[in-house]
Amino acid sequence: MGENILKLKAMKAAFPATIPVMLGYLFMGIAFGILMDAKGFSPWWSLLMAATVYCGSMQFVAIGLLCGPFDPVSAVVMTLLVNARHIFYGLSTIELFRRMPKQRPYLIFSQTDETFSLHCAARVPAGVDEGWYHFFLGVLDHCYWITGCTAGALAGMLLKFNTTGIEFVMTALFVVIFVDQWQAASQHVSALTGLGATLLCLVLFGKSNFLIPAMLLILGVLTVLRPRLEGGAAQ
Amino acid sequence: MTNLQIALTILTIALVTLFTRSIAFALFPANRPVPPYVTYLGKVLPYAVMGMLVVYCLKDATPLAYPYALPELLACAAVVALHLWRHNSLLSIGGGTVFYMILVQHVFVR
Repeated sequence: MGENILKLKAMKAAFPATIPVMLGYLFMGIAFGILMDAKGFSPWWSLLMAATVYCGSMQFVAIGLLCGPFDPVSAVVMTLLVNARHIFYGLSTIELFRRMPKQRPYLIFSQTDETFSLHCAARVPAGVDEGWYHFFLGVLDHCYWITGCTAGALAGMLLKFNTTGIEFVMTALFVVIFVDQWQAASQHVSALTGLGATLLCLVLFGKSNFLIPAMLLILGVLTVLRPRLEGGAAQ
Repeated sequence: MTNLQIALTILTIALVTLFTRSIAFALFPANRPVPPYVTYLGKVLPYAVMGMLVVYCLKDATPLAYPYALPELLACAAVVALHLWRHNSLLSIGGGTVFYMILVQHVFVR
């Protein structure tokens, strides 16, 4: 069987699994694009970010950075904080991606929260190449995201309406993930640590300087609580 | 920011994002065991980070001055309620955002 037929077959098999992500990415991408337009950025910037950053939560945070003064150091620190979770997605897919060396570089680049969950839940149909199947989970999701972000930016440019308050879409996204995690978790100590430590640091350090102390406090508290939390998880 | 500064900022964010996505693969090849402390953080940190991001999003609310963070609190409550009721992420996010936009544009006008 030719390589192209193999790829086409894998793409057709991967598509149904990506439909929920398609809906979510088009929706959140459009919201991102509209927000970028509302802040005065041309659609090219939305397209560039969707293609290269390809990370919803960080792109929303990035809008705030782009609206401030030029500060690459803050951009690095903020990206590390918001994206630290990727390290753990990586740890969970090391074994899987080792089996597909050809597609591995792109699979690593394109591992978003949603694509990670598809990789974990994947059941590759019989006769379909595993490597290309996972590859197209990534490619299709990436295409949805680029389409959504660009379409939103264009829509924002063409349709003029009052967008005051649309930035709440980012808050709502994180609240929804928080609720999902809350319901799936066996303990709520780490979620409450995140909320409580950050709130405390916001009050103590003010809204320009609270994130790094908050992250350190969270790490400290979770390290101190490790014997208790790991004991609880084992039961 | 100038266009060059915008491009550099985006490039920085893209490269650091790629770094966070690839570091685990570089540090822990399959023949090297992952330290238990790192595995532990992998389990508990995502919950805490999401709590942190929720607070980060709400940092511009003003609990001590008009409108006393009411639009944010009401809209967050709406998102949670919608989500517990339907468990449909798009409905919760879309509904909550439209509700917040109505609140700040028409109810709590500054």
